[in-house]
Amino acid sequence: MGHLIPPSIMPFVLPVLYAVVIVAVLPLLAGYIVLMERKVMADMQARLGPMRVGPHGLLQPIADAVKLLLKEDIIPDKADRLMFWFAPLVSVTMALLAYSALAIGPAFQIADLNIGLLFILAISSLGIYGIVLGGWASNSHYSLLGALRSAAQLVSYETAAGLGLISVLLLAGSLSMKDIVQAQLDQGVWFGFSVPFGFFIYLVGSIAETNRAPFDLPEAESELVAGYMTEYSGFRWSLYFLAEYANMIIVAGIATTLFLGGWLRPGARYHEHIPGTGIEWLDALPALLTLGVALYSLKLAPTQPVKIQKIVMVLVAVLCLGVACVLAGALFAPPAVMQGIHGAFWFMAKVFAYIYAFLWIRFTFPRYRFDQLMRLGWRFLIPLALVNVIGVGVAIVLRQQFAWGPIVSLIPTTLATLGVAMLLAKDDAPVAEAQTAAGE
Amino acid sequence: MGSGKFGNRERAVAPQDGYGRMSDERTTKTISGMDSVNTTVLGADEIILNMGPQHPSTHGVLRVKLKLDGERVAGSECIIGYLHRGVEKIAEHRSYQQFAPYVDRMDYVAAVSNGLGYCEAVEKLLGTEAPPRARVVRTILTELQRIASHLLWLGTHALDIGALTPVFYCFREREEILKIFEKYCGARLTTHAFRIGGLQYETYDGFEEDTKRFCNDFAHKIDEYETLLTENRIWVGRTKGVGILNAADAIALGVTGPVLRASGVKWDLRRAQPYAAYDQYEFDIPTRETGDTYDRYVVRMEEMRQSRRICLQAVENIPTGPIMARIGKVLKPPPGEVYHSIEAPKGELGYYIVSDGTTQPYRVRVRPPSFINLQAFDKMAKGALIADVVAIIGTIDIVLGEVDR
Amino acid sequence: MQTLNQALFIFFAVLAVASAILMVTRRNIVHGAVFLITTLLSTAGIFLLLQAEFLFIVQVILYVGGIMVLFVFVIMLVNLDVSMRQVQFNRQWFVAGALALVLAGQFLFAIWVGRGALRLPAMASEISPKNTEAVADALFSHYMLPFEIASILLLVAMIGAVVMAKRRAG
Repeated sequence: MGHLIPPSIMPFVLPVLYAVVIVAVLPLLAGYIVLMERKVMADMQARLGPMRVGPHGLLQPIADAVKLLLKEDIIPDKADRLMFWFAPLVSVTMALLAYSALAIGPAFQIADLNIGLLFILAISSLGIYGIVLGGWASNSHYSLLGALRSAAQLVSYETAAGLGLISVLLLAGSLSMKDIVQAQLDQGVWFGFSVPFGFFIYLVGSIAETNRAPFDLPEAESELVAGYMTEYSGFRWSLYFLAEYANMIIVAGIATTLFLGGWLRPGARYHEHIPGTGIEWLDALPALLTLGVALYSLKLAPTQPVKIQKIVMVLVAVLCLGVACVLAGALFAPPAVMQGIHGAFWFMAKVFAYIYAFLWIRFTFPRYRFDQLMRLGWRFLIPLALVNVIGVGVAIVLRQQFAWGPIVSLIPTTLATLGVAMLLAKDDAPVAEAQTAAGE
Repeated sequence: MGSGKFGNRERAVAPQDGYGRMSDERTTKTISGMDSVNTTVLGADEIILNMGPQHPSTHGVLRVKLKLDGERVAGSECIIGYLHRGVEKIAEHRSYQQFAPYVDRMDYVAAVSNGLGYCEAVEKLLGTEAPPRARVVRTILTELQRIASHLLWLGTHALDIGALTPVFYCFREREEILKIFEKYCGARLTTHAFRIGGLQYETYDGFEEDTKRFCNDFAHKIDEYETLLTENRIWVGRTKGVGILNAADAIALGVTGPVLRASGVKWDLRRAQPYAAYDQYEFDIPTRETGDTYDRYVVRMEEMRQSRRICLQAVENIPTGPIMARIGKVLKPPPGEVYHSIEAPKGELGYYIVSDGTTQPYRVRVRPPSFINLQAFDKMAKGALIADVVAIIGTIDIVLGEVDR
Repeated sequence: MQTLNQALFIFFAVLAVASAILMVTRRNIVHGAVFLITTLLSTAGIFLLLQAEFLFIVQVILYVGGIMVLFVFVIMLVNLDVSMRQVQFNRQWFVAGALALVLAGQFLFAIWVGRGALRLPAMASEISPKNTEAVADALFSHYMLPFEIASILLLVAMIGAVVMAKRRAG
């Protein structure tokens, strides 16, 4: 390889390769997150979900994608054609661009920027233009209202989420994704546990930023039909859809990196070896888990009703087996390779756990009303986030002044934040007089 | 808008409080203040939003014109008639028995109640009464229908407010009720379960057990819904203080049913003018004070419990005997008129029938609860947010088939 | 490497100037806003070329991601038809043009006079990667007072806006 490529281009090869892989895989991943969403929803709602295309609906995302690509592309007569065409591109480009600084495991990262986190936040905040311009360009009241809500909501919750992240940055002392994970390894605890309020605030903020229920007001189907996407159809619509799910993975990735230890294995500081080998017990876990999935799929295969479904199920089993082999093989590879592969596994596992929490929340709660959403953002989350940041600052001072341990110093400040949260929650009790006051 | 030629087809459900001009002005209809929308260069306009007739949460083909100031509702007008089929006119060309299936298609999610009202009205006109056994079976089926109707309301109402899950739980239980209907008369939705004079079919073997099993399971299921919603902070926030209707307004607007009871008026036709077999059973009439969306939710939830209670009492003791009164094959009621109303799931469902002594009614007029209750919409929606409009449409519990007839 | 940098610079510079011109000349104000965003983004690109990563991020987060969102928010509420029908230039364009010429002349003069005084260092490719911290150090130690004054000014403006909005709503 070294002979074929001029040395001046050499440093770009790997990042470009990663970028191509991400752009290629992401739509597929988004499709399968949709399937996961539908399956989880079905499970919570006492039904089966997609079952027809492929065994247990496994091929449903592909069918959906084909359908979306073949649908007629409608541009409303009075729409601003240029903007209508341009807006979804903005959304999806920004969503994909944000991946360039996301570290999926220690090895897979397009660019390790020293302002990595800020970069992701900045770029993903630009995705709002896709929504706002698209809503405006559609020339429809529903779209416009959706766009307006979206803009207001994003600006408000970005503040809260950003303040939630700052508490972690104080502890980590860096903006680079790799350094933040390293800091969690050094301090021996995931930041999600040391600053639970930062995590909570970010969780709420990230749901609101990605326009997911219960904060899905920009596309609240019972009020605004489909919000900013009302007039969109076919491929353009699917671009918005892709952007939404890509953004979900991004916020999950940020949360994983900052609060859930990134690619660190649970018990990263526990180094008990399997006797007689150089392999740690816990490192064998990923391979065993995927092996379990493979065996389960193999067991399900004969029960499938149609022959083709049996074949697909076996293929799924083979795929899982392959992944298991890679994960197991990595155990015998050099440490860098092994950490790259297992890191990616743990990272993705945590990302999916975070997304599962998103879905769970979505199917449990009704939707906020717009004024309630704003009140929650400005009167509860932002003050709480400020108190939390101050608390972490105090904890750091305590640690430096009295040489307390990193956890011990955080306990009193976290308790104080809890007290403030309870005060704020009391103050934030559902307000009934808003309507009557405005009605007069 | 309604052209002169066809009269005011798009009838507006009237804000009658001197607010807004009404639809009897045939040339133009305006929402008050709509003509003075200010359009300066930088002034944010008040926009007019047309909700429906194709909109996911107008429960059919209701069209609501909203004048919005930002997201606040400054004025509203319900435009109805998109589902008008002339049911009352059809009645004049059908014999009394032939018309019975048509009433099922008005409030199509509570067909059994519609049928009960019509059959009893004609029986009253004939001066006869259904035998005791028929009356008890009618009561059971009607109460099951009330539960089914409330379940549908709960599911869609919660869905409108953004809770995706309760609707599936509600449909799961509603399915059990529909199965009982299906076993009894072969139809699930538009059942035509009753006949003038009683019942056509005997109850099937196992009817009592099915009903009992459903009622026993249901007590637990209803707690399940309440776990999801009643104390949920977001749900309470979305419904408390939204769409308040006080008792005086409710009475002035002719509102009935759970909406009226949530405003604190203890008025239930099952108790006030007992029909079918309701005088034999014990049940409470739940009421609340504030008359907001949350209160209406609480009232309907409690009503489901009470319906269950009635069913359990009734099914324990179904009298034996004939199921059909002695009436002729050809019905020729004496000339005269009758008004009979029942407590349908949505409110007072009344039938006013005029007979001229022939086999066909001279005039049938239906007092549909949804139509009258919808009148209160404007009062409830003024000053609310768009999101509340959806909650308010849901809480009135309208069925457009009944509003438009 | 050098040519790549130069090509990128020319790209961003041309984009910035072109979209700035388009911004003023477009009749549709939403289009104008989009071109303003493009200008800001290309300026951010130039910051990035200068390895001023933090400035780049601040430009994107604050101007593009924050302020412009609010701009667009307000613009969307404005009745576009009216602005489309209005005359784009009023009778004062002559005065404005003259003032602009004077300003340009001043700039040219200042640059001409001071051309030897300001020696820009060669573009530093070896600037320490810690420039975020450098910015923070400068802001919070050396320029502490101006920084705080600016913050208080913004706070006053914010409170003023809230008060005015409240009065209007009440």
